[in-house]
Amino acid sequence: MTVDQLSQPEPTRRRVIGFFLGGGLLASLASFIYPVLRYLVPPAVADLGGDEIVAAKLTELKLNSGKIFRFGNRPGLLIRTASGEYRAMSATCTHLSCTVQYRDDLRQVWCACHNGKYDLNGRNISGPPPRPLEGFEVQVRGDEIFVRRRREA
Amino acid sequence: MAILRNKLRLFRAARYVGLAGFVVLAACLGYGQTTNSCLDCHSALPDPLGVTQEKFSQDIHAQKGLTCASCHGGDPTSDDPDNAMSRKAGWKGKIDHKQIPALCGSCHSDPAYIRQFNPSLRTDQLGQYRTSVHGKRFAAGDTKVAVCTDCHGVHDLRAPSDPRSTVNPVNVANTCARCHADASYMKGYSIPTDQFAKYNTSVHHQALTVRGDLSAPTCSTCHGNHGAVPPGIDKVQNVCSNCHAFQAQMYEKSTHKKAFEAASLPGCVVCHGNHGIRHPTDAYLGTGPDAVCMRCHTPGDPCDQARAELLYSLGQLDEANKTADQVLRVAESSGMEVSEARLGQDQARDSLTKARVTIHSFRTDLVDQDIQAGLKIAAMNLHAGKAAMVERNYRRFGLGISLIAIGMVLAGLRLYIKKIET
Amino acid sequence: MSPLRKVRDWLDERLQWDDLIAPLREKTVPLHRLSYWYFLGGISLFLFVIQVLTGILLLLYYRPGANEAFESVQYIMTRVQFGWLIRSIHSWSANLMIFTVFAHMFSVLFLKAYRKPRELTWVSGVLLLFLVMGFGFSGYLLPWNTLAFFATKVGTEITGQVPIVGKPMMIFLRGGEDVTGATLTRFFGFHVAVLPGIATVLLLLHLLLVQRLGMSIPPKLEVQWTANPAAKREMKFLPNFLLRELMAWYLALGVLGALAAVFPWNLGVKADPFVSAPAGIKPEWYFLFMFQTLKLIPSKVWFIDGEILGVLAFGLVALLWLLLPFLESDQPSHMKRWITGLAVFALAYTVGMSVYGYLAK
Repeated sequence: MTVDQLSQPEPTRRRVIGFFLGGGLLASLASFIYPVLRYLVPPAVADLGGDEIVAAKLTELKLNSGKIFRFGNRPGLLIRTASGEYRAMSATCTHLSCTVQYRDDLRQVWCACHNGKYDLNGRNISGPPPRPLEGFEVQVRGDEIFVRRRREA
Repeated sequence: MAILRNKLRLFRAARYVGLAGFVVLAACLGYGQTTNSCLDCHSALPDPLGVTQEKFSQDIHAQKGLTCASCHGGDPTSDDPDNAMSRKAGWKGKIDHKQIPALCGSCHSDPAYIRQFNPSLRTDQLGQYRTSVHGKRFAAGDTKVAVCTDCHGVHDLRAPSDPRSTVNPVNVANTCARCHADASYMKGYSIPTDQFAKYNTSVHHQALTVRGDLSAPTCSTCHGNHGAVPPGIDKVQNVCSNCHAFQAQMYEKSTHKKAFEAASLPGCVVCHGNHGIRHPTDAYLGTGPDAVCMRCHTPGDPCDQARAELLYSLGQLDEANKTADQVLRVAESSGMEVSEARLGQDQARDSLTKARVTIHSFRTDLVDQDIQAGLKIAAMNLHAGKAAMVERNYRRFGLGISLIAIGMVLAGLRLYIKKIET
Repeated sequence: MSPLRKVRDWLDERLQWDDLIAPLREKTVPLHRLSYWYFLGGISLFLFVIQVLTGILLLLYYRPGANEAFESVQYIMTRVQFGWLIRSIHSWSANLMIFTVFAHMFSVLFLKAYRKPRELTWVSGVLLLFLVMGFGFSGYLLPWNTLAFFATKVGTEITGQVPIVGKPMMIFLRGGEDVTGATLTRFFGFHVAVLPGIATVLLLLHLLLVQRLGMSIPPKLEVQWTANPAAKREMKFLPNFLLRELMAWYLALGVLGALAAVFPWNLGVKADPFVSAPAGIKPEWYFLFMFQTLKLIPSKVWFIDGEILGVLAFGLVALLWLLLPFLESDQPSHMKRWITGLAVFALAYTVGMSVYGYLAK
């Protein structure tokens, strides 16, 4: 190696190291800090947990009508009876898991698949369903209707 | 001597007291057990006279406190065969086949009597039987038709709710098949004997026997049990509509109902069969071997065109569902969270099921409504799946960037170490 | 004067730390064929720090309690920006850390770094190992999915097998007779408060001892170098070894990121106490060797119940492990060979049983 070659690589080498180390550190730290900063910002959708959700607004349901809503990973049924009471239950039929619906003419919960019928408390009263529909608790807070799973004793 | 005599009298008295006590004790032990001396001999006799205690104890009549004499007459308390089986005691001997319905009916049609045992048990079985094909032929003197014991058994007759009972829903088809599937027995009658074989290939049999769904139909569900008569051609639809209400509603308003009635065709059975009802497939609407429409309609006529349209719509939604499911599955296995879209696909599948039910209206516009609703949902979920895949790729891209940055740091450190160590 | 220098001097005037750090500047790391094993301790520490940081971030969104735990983890994975990344890093780093501390323990065992005067370093290390397993066991339950629920059920059931103290211990762990929401709350308390507190104290002790006592040298080499000091080869800790450690840590970071992005940790299905346990339920891989051992022990050995025997045996082995340095003399003699033999057997057994347990139905 000549004297020239010995003295020349130094500044270039320092620059190369500086580029890799400095640039790399900056880039990698940015790639760590950026996700953490985004993480710290709370998302717009404040999930209340799978235990309780807002099924509908107060003025949404007419008397003697029903609405299917998503509860956790399964559908739920919210009913406003003819007398104005709210009932909520699982909407998965206990026979072959079709989604049930509210029949305002029968004033009962009905499953279209094999003509199964449940009363307004979710009890299976006619047709193939072997078990009642799981019932949920309903709570009206302000203008929102909250549906909650029954707490274990 | 007097003392001794007194003692002797005492002893004799004690003996009688003892004997009386023993009898009372024996009676107490025997209390609640109806004496059924018949089984003492008959449990050891060979068939056809043999009925063991074990067998009879399974019988619901025995469990309710009845004895052999309740049907056969005689004296069940006597150990002497001549007394037990004396005509004076009312012994009937082997009940003649012709007398069975009347004998069973003597109790089972008597509401006052049955009320003592089970107030909610029906008492119209004999009346119903008389309206049935079996009952009518029986009245006309046919000895081959079924009477009560042929289906319910005898001597170990169980309640229908007992899974071992011959008339429990899971066993009914086997019981009917004992005669109705026996071609040599049924010779002389003008009905087929392939119903049982066909039923065993059916979706109802699958549901009942394999899945254990007791609500699934068996022979008696459609034909009745005591009043067993095949439903009339114009009544088939009523029977099916008990469970398949939606399809029946659609069919009721359709053009096929009037047409089939006019041609005396048995409604649902025309396309779906009666005993060997399989799960319908879209191929029913096709032109292949499973095609039902083309059995009557001519290729090229408006109905054939409608059929083609219906088939196409169903196929469209099926394809859309499959595509969406596929994308969601890939997204999920790549670690993306797509449970909401997966749930949404349930709704899309429901739409397809509903469309397949609406087919029974035979109206392309109604079916199209359901199809379009389903397509919209499937499109939404497909979009969600694709978005998940985009997000997944974005993540991998981000990973790539940070790995490059890390690589740069590693290279830089390596160079720096080399520098300070030379 | 460079700005960095100015800041350092300003701090040194107020913290007087220059003479505290001085020993660190003198610290050297011996260089020999097996020096690479020295990295494992540092990587374990690094992964622990990652756990603490990601754990704190998860705490901002996680909700303990049977009704909300699963849903809050689902929320983190789906709704929170980069929540999937933080959670997956936490889960992967946990597994990697357990692997690393086991490797660290075995390397110390084979390199005989537990000898006098480093016995307390070993003891604190083994206790840290137990704590890390405890972290794994308690943390695993927190998402409240089916696998975790039943794994916890089986695991605490086995604890209950210990004679006399087993049942009270099990009730203490479970917060009751069965695994319920109370168990979850309790495990959460262990995982984020109790275990970190104890671990921090032990870790500081462990690190202090390592710094004070310096790096151990394998016995044969020690003999050679004492005889011939000129043959001694070392590297300065600051900055040379530390730079290399930083490389290792950055590499570990890259591996973690890749694992988290390509194989995100899955959610599972929410736990339902009324559903029966899925067939073939197994604990996490780091408990497999113990689990498989218990499965292989016959139900009755002599007059003792097989499972109790197994649990007691493990307890005995744990005690033996803790006191290992005190069981061996200082002098090079036959004693050392049986510990090496034991170490080889332990390694083979742990790995073999883990593989067996993984493959078994």
